[in-house]
Amino acid sequence: MAHSGPRLYVAVFAALVVLTVVTVAVSYVDLGPGSVVVALAIACSKASLVLLFFMHLRDSPGLTWLVAGGGFFWLAILIGLTMSDVMTRGWLPVAAP
Amino acid sequence: MAEHAAAVAHQFDDAEQQRGAVELGIWIFLATEVMFFGGMFTAFTAYRWLYPEAFAHASRHLDVLLGGTNTVVLIGSSLTMVLAVHGAREGRRGLLLSCLALTMLLGGVFLGIKAVEWTHKWEDGLVPGLHFTLTGADAGPEELFFFLYFALTGVHALHLVIGIAVVGVILALAWRGDYTPAYHNPVEVTGLYWHFVDIVWIFLLPMLYLIGRHGA
Repeated sequence: MAHSGPRLYVAVFAALVVLTVVTVAVSYVDLGPGSVVVALAIACSKASLVLLFFMHLRDSPGLTWLVAGGGFFWLAILIGLTMSDVMTRGWLPVAAP
Repeated sequence: MAEHAAAVAHQFDDAEQQRGAVELGIWIFLATEVMFFGGMFTAFTAYRWLYPEAFAHASRHLDVLLGGTNTVVLIGSSLTMVLAVHGAREGRRGLLLSCLALTMLLGGVFLGIKAVEWTHKWEDGLVPGLHFTLTGADAGPEELFFFLYFALTGVHALHLVIGIAVVGVILALAWRGDYTPAYHNPVEVTGLYWHFVDIVWIFLLPMLYLIGRHGA
């Protein structure tokens, strides 16, 4: 991989700008439920670029990966378990009290 | 090595160990920040699931051009921030100082555009609790959307205000000549914080501005 330096940083910046334009453009197209998937996929790609290159995660020791991954893992638990409640409330015919 | 030794606090064996501890510390702080914003992200996800049409409709009141422009401004500030870190690593004083100043400037531009947007929201009567004039069957959930909009963008802007202040302190210390290629941990740490604030906005753009855009 290329050594971290101004050329790489400018390339990452350009990729981030292109992805921003793409996500705005795509939002005007009706993809149904796919719109959310595409928007989130692009946002995650942009976040990964910032994490790996601007925040130098790719040069960082395993412990840093563990802490960074831990943050997102707990976020996944927070959103995942909350939504497993919210999204399934209509499944059983329980009358409101 | 005398000049390096002076920068190592007494609890560390050497500069490398100190640098590792500093890096781990800021990453742990950023993990807590993920959870801090995570609560509001979760609330947004849940209410968007419950009221998809109202959230899509409310989202169309936001200005995509201003939101998109601000995204590019903030990404630009991340570029200048990482170039400042590069300057610190290479001992290039001019690059370090100018890029720190540019980072503050771009952060200020972001806040300025944000202030314009908030002013428009006030004029349009879209501020929950204080000046909210939408009516109709979905007015309740739409007010909820704008509550989350102001909470998320407000807390994000607060992070940016803090970031600009911290970069200002780093700029003053760099001007004084505190940082060398061997010791510039505060520049690295500030950079990591700044990029994190950028990442939060990267997710706020699609969440707030782009959902339901195609229905317009």
